[in-house]
Amino acid sequence: MFLKQYIKELTQLGVDSIGIVLLISFFIGAVICIQIKLNIASPWMPNFTTGYTTREIMVLEFSSSIMCLILSGKVGSNIASEIGTMRVTQQIDALEIMGVNSASFLILPKILGLMTMIPCLVVFSMAAGFGGAYASALVGIVSVDDLTIGLQHDFRQWFIWMSMIKSFVFAFIIASVSSFYGYTVEGGSFDVGKASTDAVVRSSMLILFADIFLTPLLS
Amino acid sequence: MIEIKHLYKSFEDREVLKDINAIFEEGKTNLIIGQSGSGKTVLMKNIVGLFEPTQGEILYDGRDFVKMTKHEKVLIRREMGMIFQSAALFDSMSVLENVMFPLDMFSDKNEADRIARAKFCLDRVNLAGAENKFPGEISGGMQKRVAIARAIALNPKYLFCDEPNSGLDPKTSLVIDDLIHSITDEYKMTTIINTHDMNSVMGIGENIIYICEGRKEWEGNKNQIMTSTNERLNSFIFASDLFRKVKEANS
Repeated sequence: MFLKQYIKELTQLGVDSIGIVLLISFFIGAVICIQIKLNIASPWMPNFTTGYTTREIMVLEFSSSIMCLILSGKVGSNIASEIGTMRVTQQIDALEIMGVNSASFLILPKILGLMTMIPCLVVFSMAAGFGGAYASALVGIVSVDDLTIGLQHDFRQWFIWMSMIKSFVFAFIIASVSSFYGYTVEGGSFDVGKASTDAVVRSSMLILFADIFLTPLLS
Repeated sequence: MIEIKHLYKSFEDREVLKDINAIFEEGKTNLIIGQSGSGKTVLMKNIVGLFEPTQGEILYDGRDFVKMTKHEKVLIRREMGMIFQSAALFDSMSVLENVMFPLDMFSDKNEADRIARAKFCLDRVNLAGAENKFPGEISGGMQKRVAIARAIALNPKYLFCDEPNSGLDPKTSLVIDDLIHSITDEYKMTTIINTHDMNSVMGIGENIIYICEGRKEWEGNKNQIMTSTNERLNSFIFASDLFRKVKEANS
């Protein structure tokens, strides 16, 4: 039963988020590339600056931290409202009466599911971001060769791992904070909505704080 | 049999249940009645363990539920079935999956046997053919029947129903009442129904407890209720013209 729940959460929280992650990352990758080329690149800088900076922004911050902030909105509100609705419609009471540990049954698969999927989403986000950068190159904003050299310049594999480790922590924050707010709802639909908003706000704040501590720790 | 001895429940300074003593017998439909806010839902939540009583004993066939360890409570809960006011079906699961849920969690049977048992329970509540529907696609009465099927899936010894007729039309309410009554008789369960539906009281009330302002005010059965001289009970039971006329006709 746990495996069934875990697979359901992998799909609901992870696979269903692939579309939005790819879409946002693609366009942000393209826009970062355009912005840097138009506003920062100068004759005093090497031609690969645009590609290099795009890669560093995508790998170091966007695909881990900013993408997790976005996902805290989508996934966090989903978790809080789902569990909160189960609470106010007595579905959690029904689980308890059956002798099922409701917290373990409902929350644990969500935390593990999101922690499994978010590092994958981070990798997809990076790939989509680079795809966006190449798309801007194809329309002539920057040359494909310069972009490729920039993306490969001084590449450090650790940055990818760092990004995935950060996202792993952020996934725990999103799933646990949202589950807590959903699980402790009392009242009706208004309270479920409030819990959902609180879950997104608090998990976003915690992600930002965690980012501040994790970045120097892992760099 | 479930026995309650000197049960008290307080929320901060407010005492909601005061010295409740009651015996709910096996094979009978035991009703807890009372006005909204009288404490009957709090009493039921204490009995099933969703609330912790401030004081008192709750004995399941002599086993004190209040003093049990967490693990013992989990085990005894597998002997319970409950039908909630809102049916409380899992809306992400189909009707069949809802009924199979307790079997999937706690039964040692193989999948084919679990499906067969779930289908038998659905058939018992006249819902054969609705297996693949989702709770959102069926009526309130059907949802209650699915809840009954789910509650009896593990052959419970104790069945709890919190206002099972809430939100249902009188005809469907009678169907639900009859179903609960016949299942109680058939499986020799100890059934406790929380209600303020007078049709249920008159129809299936084999043992009735009237709760008023957190105290047990009266106890009897559906026949005794007609001749009761308890003023508070009478003002509650015979609040409607229809039941007043029934009483006048009987007397």
